[in-house]
Amino acid sequence: MCAPQSLQLLTELKAETRREPFHDSAIFHTCRLAENTHFSEASLKKMEKSMFTEFMTNGMTRRRAIKTVGATTLSAAAVAVLGGRDALAAGATVSAQDVSILNTALGAELEAIAAYQTGAESGLLSNATLGIALQFQGHHKEHADALMKTVVKMGGKPVSAKASYEFPVDQLKSEADVLRFAATLEKGAVSAYLGAVPIFQDRELAKVAASILGDEAMHWAVLRHALGENPVPVAFVS
Amino acid sequence: MFNPSLTTPIVAASVILLLSLDPFATASPIGGDAQRGKDVYQRCLGCHSLKINRTGPRHCGLLGRKAGTQPGYNYSKAMTESGITWTAETLDDFLTAPLKALPGTSMGYAGVRSATDRADLIAYLSTAMDGTVQCK
Repeated sequence: MCAPQSLQLLTELKAETRREPFHDSAIFHTCRLAENTHFSEASLKKMEKSMFTEFMTNGMTRRRAIKTVGATTLSAAAVAVLGGRDALAAGATVSAQDVSILNTALGAELEAIAAYQTGAESGLLSNATLGIALQFQGHHKEHADALMKTVVKMGGKPVSAKASYEFPVDQLKSEADVLRFAATLEKGAVSAYLGAVPIFQDRELAKVAASILGDEAMHWAVLRHALGENPVPVAFVS
Repeated sequence: MFNPSLTTPIVAASVILLLSLDPFATASPIGGDAQRGKDVYQRCLGCHSLKINRTGPRHCGLLGRKAGTQPGYNYSKAMTESGITWTAETLDDFLTAPLKALPGTSMGYAGVRSATDRADLIAYLSTAMDGTVQCK
């Protein structure tokens, strides 16, 4: 069900842009964002405008524009859960160490989701950058979901998101500050996964971690590019 | 003219120099380059920060602290009961291979292989003491 405020938001946006109603999926998408991600109305409005502008500029279908921002492919989750199931199916004792590593990664992913939320709601991001931030946040949600399911599958207790996170919001004064903050976290995430890959006892889990590492590295590169920096400054990450 | 008595010490000194340049050689964890250590610390920023507890505990005031005692951080049992006090030597040992040094730690990280990187990292961490500018 869609919250009344979400429908109201869409109506306002349609009036503002003087365009015909969006595809039904847009309504569901907006509802989902409003109800699941706790965006402020201002952020939602800004994001809707961003997607609509893209639609008008590039001739993308509304459905495609939505997919661009809120990708919901299940491949990463499926792979991770498969990794966990393989470990169990093999009849081997599930490694407590592997569960611990997955949980540490899950904690970091949950923090990343909150960090992007902070950036998205800062009011400092342009429409285009906001779209990127939300897409990356969506990736981290997929990572977290996959890790959580795998921890459960392996008999562990997944860590939960903290009630609140302490971010250096007093230092975020511009879009560049937000991008730099995100880039620092993404680079750190690359290093963290790189440090985790060799120590998984279940090599399927190592493969999953490497898959996530690749995604974090792409985030880092895109954020550096947005900052006007060399997107790929080194041949090897550490 | 070739003089073996002169070249021997030169060769020996060269070997020592080359060994000292080998990043994987055993080196003292003391006397690292703190400035370079700041760059190495970028690897830690996925989970740690100097000032706040994140996925990992905060690092300000780490040197000299008893392991597992940073307020507000939920440590593994292994860390809490380790009896470790963080010095350059104990950090060097832990950072080399955390899970081997302390099985059961929640730091799921292979380790910092290069002795030089570890020494630099420890040098940087030693500058981040409570009360310093970077820890306020």
